[in-house]
Amino acid sequence: MPRIRVIRALPRGIRAIRAIRALPRAVPAGIVLALVAAPAAWADALTPESSPSRNAADIHTLYVLALIIGALIFVLVEGVLLTSIIRFRRRRGGAEPAQIRGNTPLEVGWTLGAIAILVVLATVTFAYLGDITTPEKSSGATQVAALHQPAVPGDHALKIGVNGQQYIWRFDYPGPQQVFSYHDMYVPAGTTVTLKITSSDVAHSWWIPKLGGKSDAIPGHTNDTWFRIDKPGTYYGECAELCGNHHADMRARVIVLPPAQFQAWMRRQARDILRSQRLLEISRRLRGQGP
Amino acid sequence: MQEYAPAAHPGLSAPARTTNGGAPEIVVRGVRERPRGWTAWLSTTDHKKIGLLYIYTTFFFFLLGGVEALLMRLQLAHANNTLIEPPTYNALLTMHGSTMIFLFVVPVLAGFANYMVPLMIGARDMAFPRLNALSYWLFLFGGIAFYTSIFFTPPSAGWTSYAPLSDNAFLPDNGIDAWIFMIHLTGISSLLGAINFTATIHNMRAKGMGWGRMPLFVWTILIYSYLLILALPVVAAAVTMLLTDRHFGTAFFDNTGGGDPLLWQHLFWFFGHPEVYIMVLPAFGMISEVLPVFARKPIFGYKAIAASTAAIAFTSMLVWAHHMFPTPVPEVVLAFFMLSSFAVAVPTGVKVFNWLATLWRGSLVFRTPLYFGCGFLATFVIGGISGVILAIFPVDWYFNDTYFVVAHLHYVLFGGSVFAIFAGLYYWFPKMSGRMMSEALGKTSFWLMFVGFHVTFLVQHSLGLEGMPRRIYWYPNHGNWQTLNLISTIGSFILGTGVLVTVVNVLLSIKNGRRAGNDPWQANTLEWFTQSPPPENNFDVIPRVRSVEPMKDIRREVARRAGQGTETVSQPATTGAT
Ligand SMILES: [Cu+2]
Repeated sequence: MPRIRVIRALPRGIRAIRAIRALPRAVPAGIVLALVAAPAAWADALTPESSPSRNAADIHTLYVLALIIGALIFVLVEGVLLTSIIRFRRRRGGAEPAQIRGNTPLEVGWTLGAIAILVVLATVTFAYLGDITTPEKSSGATQVAALHQPAVPGDHALKIGVNGQQYIWRFDYPGPQQVFSYHDMYVPAGTTVTLKITSSDVAHSWWIPKLGGKSDAIPGHTNDTWFRIDKPGTYYGECAELCGNHHADMRARVIVLPPAQFQAWMRRQARDILRSQRLLEISRRLRGQGP
Repeated sequence: MQEYAPAAHPGLSAPARTTNGGAPEIVVRGVRERPRGWTAWLSTTDHKKIGLLYIYTTFFFFLLGGVEALLMRLQLAHANNTLIEPPTYNALLTMHGSTMIFLFVVPVLAGFANYMVPLMIGARDMAFPRLNALSYWLFLFGGIAFYTSIFFTPPSAGWTSYAPLSDNAFLPDNGIDAWIFMIHLTGISSLLGAINFTATIHNMRAKGMGWGRMPLFVWTILIYSYLLILALPVVAAAVTMLLTDRHFGTAFFDNTGGGDPLLWQHLFWFFGHPEVYIMVLPAFGMISEVLPVFARKPIFGYKAIAASTAAIAFTSMLVWAHHMFPTPVPEVVLAFFMLSSFAVAVPTGVKVFNWLATLWRGSLVFRTPLYFGCGFLATFVIGGISGVILAIFPVDWYFNDTYFVVAHLHYVLFGGSVFAIFAGLYYWFPKMSGRMMSEALGKTSFWLMFVGFHVTFLVQHSLGLEGMPRRIYWYPNHGNWQTLNLISTIGSFILGTGVLVTVVNVLLSIKNGRRAGNDPWQANTLEWFTQSPPPENNFDVIPRVRSVEPMKDIRREVARRAGQGTETVSQPATTGAT
């Protein structure tokens, strides 16, 4: 399935088409046009965010497949409906319509047809499932994903703990020294990142649209997901489960760095955390509040 | 054979008591006039009055829920908008969802069923008239209990009130308690109503009305009732557990006390998904009544439609976890719920094809009910298709809790249920009031609602695809979000105007509409046999039912007695006059 390029700016003409599409008789025409004539321009409106991670790309493919099957059914149903509305309008002096009460072969036929379509959809879903849920191998170029972890080129994942809290995300990185961050998750490019997601208060949902599906963060449970991005960049997302008044403010970024920069960030972060913990200790001792 | 005879030519302008060629007419005998005035409404046990009370009250709540929706759309019209504060926004989304589901769609269907089921099966009232009154009053007080919370602290955890957010550790205010109280009161109301409907439908059908001759709307109400009886106790238990978690120290949904927040989601959706079909199946029934009357052709595949209703209801009990695909659940469970959700799509698809085949080669009389019927079909199919897309669980991992889901559920519940309810309203209004509604206003209302609906919700699919989560009170100016949201807001106001036009239509027509006569549509079912509005005892003589379309038989019989050919009577020409 060729990846459809997303065009960000929506030209005026498309906006006009979108308004016209609301007109009932243009609805099927609009969808067909969108699918056939101008896939690139419509990609934004008709498909998920373009995806640099394999699991996200596979979800994208599954969706496009379902959309095409759905569009065919849509055209069939709306076509029959519109034809009936136009052709079978009552006319003065017209003959009484034939009093047909059913047609068993026809009815059995469309029941089996519907079942067949769904069997195909289910089969394709299961075919893609492994690719979506099983983390990909890290690329050979990445030597060390995390500090002090043995390098296993090509088969090494960085495990990050994700913790949802009203209204911020906390990320815990592996290693002998404590490294964590809030709001911004830093990851190395070309490395498979697996996430262990949980929550320490109410239900949240971890979601970076360009990195694929979401995983609910439920207190008392852990949820797993993964992604792998080969080029440095920044990806945005926000909590997707209503978690209180400031649910909309619970945002996150995934910042993909070249591996060397990522390791530098890890070292700096570990040092800063250690330093601030010591400062905290000292200030507590000065105030006489114990260790 | 018993003596029966409607007015022979029940044309639009024919008064209820037209005599024609010496044919006998319906005369109400021995009925004591009840006192008119408001006390009659308070003390009534008449299924028709209770039905009207339901319909009036639910439409009032419908308008409230609509205002809440428009306020949210105003807030979302612009990126970074600060019109509405976050607690208010969360209260609005909770009130809107809860109102539309618990105080509008489910009870308005109970209202129509209350009015129509006894008439359609040829009964003189419901099986338990006083219980019926109790159902209404419990519902009303549930709504009042819920809405008084706006003077204190309205609930703000969404209509799903997920634990632990709905626990008192996070929302200690009493809004959630008002919500729980409303679920309990409307739940008992629906449960009693459901028992009443099943008792009525099982026992009080006219002579000759076997299961195979029962109107399809009555079929759907029967199955709606069974679904309510199966699903409501589960949510009643769940909200009781939530109540004890909040106030009496239990920890059913609190993982720090050994409970599990996911238990709430399972219990809620075990009720919540059948609830969707509780809201949709009777709407299907209305469509199955309206389409054949205005296509002048019998329903295509009566048995398949009745059977698919039962099949949908059964399968709908097995699909609840498709609302929970992104939660930590084993893959085999996900696969099961995807397949079971696919299984629901089959009988639903069968219904759509049957309706299309009913219209095909008919002689379509384009009155307002058929406008809404066709609008329902055109719209509902989109909701069905997006439902199948959402059932593919890896795809749902992307779409869950986004505006794509918001669009999907509105295509099903507004494009499906509400359009069907409006079709039913325009179809049965002449029976309930004795007056015709204005066709001009009706069609204006339809076009405003239809266009407004699609402008509002079609673009919300794209918002979901571009990654906009639902239930957020603000959004940054990201991609096309701002443009699409503005389009959606404009559409919602067109939609709201369309609804108001129908409200105006009802208010004008109820006093000034043209007299409807007994059977203005030349319809098929028994409610059209009696006067409009029906007398308190419904029928003086209950006809024997010989087919699934008793009124056709009756018209044929009357025509035979009057010495006319059957063709002239079954031709719509006599009714078509506008
Ligand atoms: Cu959150």
